[in-house]
Amino acid sequence: MAQISIDALSTVYPNGVRAVDGLDLTIADGEFFALLGPSGCGKTTLLRTIAGLEQATSGAVSIGDREVTNVEPGRRNVAMVFQDYALFPHMTVSENIAYPLRVRKQPKAKQHEVAERTANSLSLGHLLERRPGQLSGGQQQRVALARAVAIDADVLLLDEPLSNLDARLRLEARTFLKRLQRELGVTTVFVTHDQAEALALADRIAVMESGGIRQLGSPREVFRRPANTFVANFIGSTPMNLVDGVVDGGQLAVAGAKMPSPQALPDGTKVTVGVRPEYLSLTTDGIGITGTVSIVENLGVSSLVTLECPDGTLIGVTVREQDEPAIGSRATAVPESGRLLLYSKEDGTLLG
Amino acid sequence: MPAADATAVTVAAAPPARRPATDSAGLGKGRALGFVAPALILIGIFLVFPALWSIYIGLTNYTLTGPASVNPQTVGLDNITGALSDPLFGNSLWLTLLFVLGSAVIGQNILGFTLAWTMRGARKWLRRTTEGLVLLAWILPSTVVAYLWIAVLDRDGGTLNLLLGNPATAWLVQYPMSSLIVFNVWRGTAFSMLLYSSALAVVPPSQLETARMVGASKWSTLKDVVFPHIRGHVLTNTLLVSLWTANDFSPFLLTAGGPNHQSETLPVFIYQQALGSGQLGYASAISFLLLLVNLVVALVYLRILRRRT
Amino acid sequence: MTGLVLRRIGYTAFFAVVLAFFAIPMLWLASAPFDSKPGLGLRWPDWTFANIQTTFDHPYALTSLVNSLVLCTLAMVITTVLAACAAYALSRVRIPGRDALLYVLLLLSSVVTGTAAMVPIFVMMYQLGLINSQYGTALVIAGGMLPAAIFILKDFMDAVPRSYEESARVFGASPGQILLHVVVPVARPGIATIVVWSFVQAWGNFLLPFLLLRDIGSQPAAVLLRTLQDEGGSANLTVIPVFSLLYSIPVVVLYLFVSKRYGFRFHGGIKS
Repeated sequence: MAQISIDALSTVYPNGVRAVDGLDLTIADGEFFALLGPSGCGKTTLLRTIAGLEQATSGAVSIGDREVTNVEPGRRNVAMVFQDYALFPHMTVSENIAYPLRVRKQPKAKQHEVAERTANSLSLGHLLERRPGQLSGGQQQRVALARAVAIDADVLLLDEPLSNLDARLRLEARTFLKRLQRELGVTTVFVTHDQAEALALADRIAVMESGGIRQLGSPREVFRRPANTFVANFIGSTPMNLVDGVVDGGQLAVAGAKMPSPQALPDGTKVTVGVRPEYLSLTTDGIGITGTVSIVENLGVSSLVTLECPDGTLIGVTVREQDEPAIGSRATAVPESGRLLLYSKEDGTLLG
Repeated sequence: MPAADATAVTVAAAPPARRPATDSAGLGKGRALGFVAPALILIGIFLVFPALWSIYIGLTNYTLTGPASVNPQTVGLDNITGALSDPLFGNSLWLTLLFVLGSAVIGQNILGFTLAWTMRGARKWLRRTTEGLVLLAWILPSTVVAYLWIAVLDRDGGTLNLLLGNPATAWLVQYPMSSLIVFNVWRGTAFSMLLYSSALAVVPPSQLETARMVGASKWSTLKDVVFPHIRGHVLTNTLLVSLWTANDFSPFLLTAGGPNHQSETLPVFIYQQALGSGQLGYASAISFLLLLVNLVVALVYLRILRRRT
Repeated sequence: MTGLVLRRIGYTAFFAVVLAFFAIPMLWLASAPFDSKPGLGLRWPDWTFANIQTTFDHPYALTSLVNSLVLCTLAMVITTVLAACAAYALSRVRIPGRDALLYVLLLLSSVVTGTAAMVPIFVMMYQLGLINSQYGTALVIAGGMLPAAIFILKDFMDAVPRSYEESARVFGASPGQILLHVVVPVARPGIATIVVWSFVQAWGNFLLPFLLLRDIGSQPAAVLLRTLQDEGGSANLTVIPVFSLLYSIPVVVLYLFVSKRYGFRFHGGIKS
């Protein structure tokens, strides 16, 4: 159990690409931490640098109170689960799980005992003599996890732990993973490009882009108040509405409507207005953005309604299934109080 | 827990002086070079060094016995000029050319392709048997197959003469090059057959079917549909089998170059000059020429391969 | 209609000729060893096993087979171990000049043939006093096979997922442990291919042992067969067929074994 500190870490590849750019980060002891971002943002590079599989160009990594920047991966006392699980096909499940102990030259009896105990705690006890090729995807993932928790590592690293599972299995595995981490209490860092997964699992999320952290916060913070338009765009199963607006006479003029501005800003300031479809309600009248219902998408319990405003802007609104409006009808999208966010037009950061 | 103790021990020890390696196994450049070195040393001693040394020996008059074996003198390019005016050398070049053209470029290529083409639709047992026999001819050791053919071509009891009603022809004596060519076709067709088989398997069936629907004859289908797809393979295959055939020592096993140098291809010529006549310097110069030819052919082959992929 | 019939006849005739062409020379190997009155031609044998006894009684027949075994096993072991280490390192680490090295290896494997190198190799071994040395010859043979072996093995090594090694590494395995525990077992088909390929190549190699192992007692089977022919004499027809058969069987068996287990791997001197 240990905290992870990353100081001014930079990784520059020979071709000039800055995979990680001057990053500072502290991950608390026992935290379930997510590195979230699109491909190429540097999250995997960062994870592998913590593991020791990649070397940073400058900066330092510390685990606990020990600086490990130049320490061999095998000596950092970290455990890692790879995206393809990396189960050794020629070893049985028991041998796979016990492998970290075999490397540490533990006696065979101890290896077997630990393997059995760990396997049982992950409901794999009946599979000990099988080979990985005979297991299902979900079972393979749990064996990889078992191998990682068989030794008492300080840090657990997971590289896209759920992306190789099919959709239904993924949700089950998600719950399983969260419960496991809570029981073990080990500092866990995992990498994912799936924002729903990060929101569901993590205690804190670092949203990354182009080698830097764009926002660091709890899932709630990141979801409710994205720090900039990039994060606003990335987070949320349904994309946040981001529309041009301008402050006019103390009010906000956006998409042909006028609403009270949540921030006191000088007149004429151009802003990007952000509001989630989930935080808009559709009425026939009220203070909000008016438009014609053009598309209705069924999402199961709710539906996503697209309003087409007179100036051409499209606004998405989530409604309950029984409140589905007719196509072509006029409606107004009224934002929940406090849910309207204003972003600077210059650099996209949250105002206020 | 034991692992925690292990950590405590490593923390107490001094951290490593250099940064850990970034390759997947943590080998690092130093150790990797150590892994490669033994193989490279062996290759250096037994392939690279001889190839280069043959230049040096080729510039001397080194012989196996006699004064020049103890005290070889440098003769510069005399060996080369000597070769150019040596009728035996010219003879061996000509015979090698015949050998390569007849058995490799024409024989193995055409037979290999024909087999690959006709076996596409053949029944399983037929294909298995044919492939099996052709492959067997390729994998049996060279001394064995040479003897098998000596037996077949024997004047008095050979199977060929038995089948032809005993014309008492000593094939290897009266028609040495033709016998060698037939032998080599028998011996080496397997490679071309396999290569063309896999090349033909990649020709899109839809194109073949289109040709059939249009009513194209077998021959024009071959010419217009198949050949463009395998053109590159024909070239690379020809280069390869030609290279192998030109360097093939098997003729020695069948005729030892005889009778009277009539089947003395270049490999046999080199051997006879080196160990028969003991002219090591001369033979070395000629070996080096062969090496150069091999090099050119191999470079051309690789250039074509690279362009294809 | 006639076209179809003609084509059928042509097809059948073609295959008949081809099968006969390939089979006839080899049939002798199945009949002559068991013939009490063997000749050079193909004939229905007068079945007997006596020739086998005669062959075993021949002073050098079995010795040469043992020589072959020793020589080829040596060459095979040297080739496999060295090529595996080199292929692994070349596959994983970006050594400076790696691509150039691979290219040169590819060239070497087909340019420096036995024929082209026979004179300098003979001179070299002669001057080193290594003529008639089994070890020396094994080294030379191994040296000739190494470039192609490295190439073939590198392909197999490339196919082992890097995450296996990284996983072992994070769990604390040293490079030696990684190689032994993870890489070698997973690359086993490739290594088995090289083991068989190098053994078969060495088993059939005539030129190098012919040049370098002149003493009849140290000759491998490839050369002894030739020596038996040169000796002449009709008595030899009792020995040569059996000996040829014995000499050929290991090769055929190994090839069948590999192609059944791993599919026929198509490797010429250069991969196409």
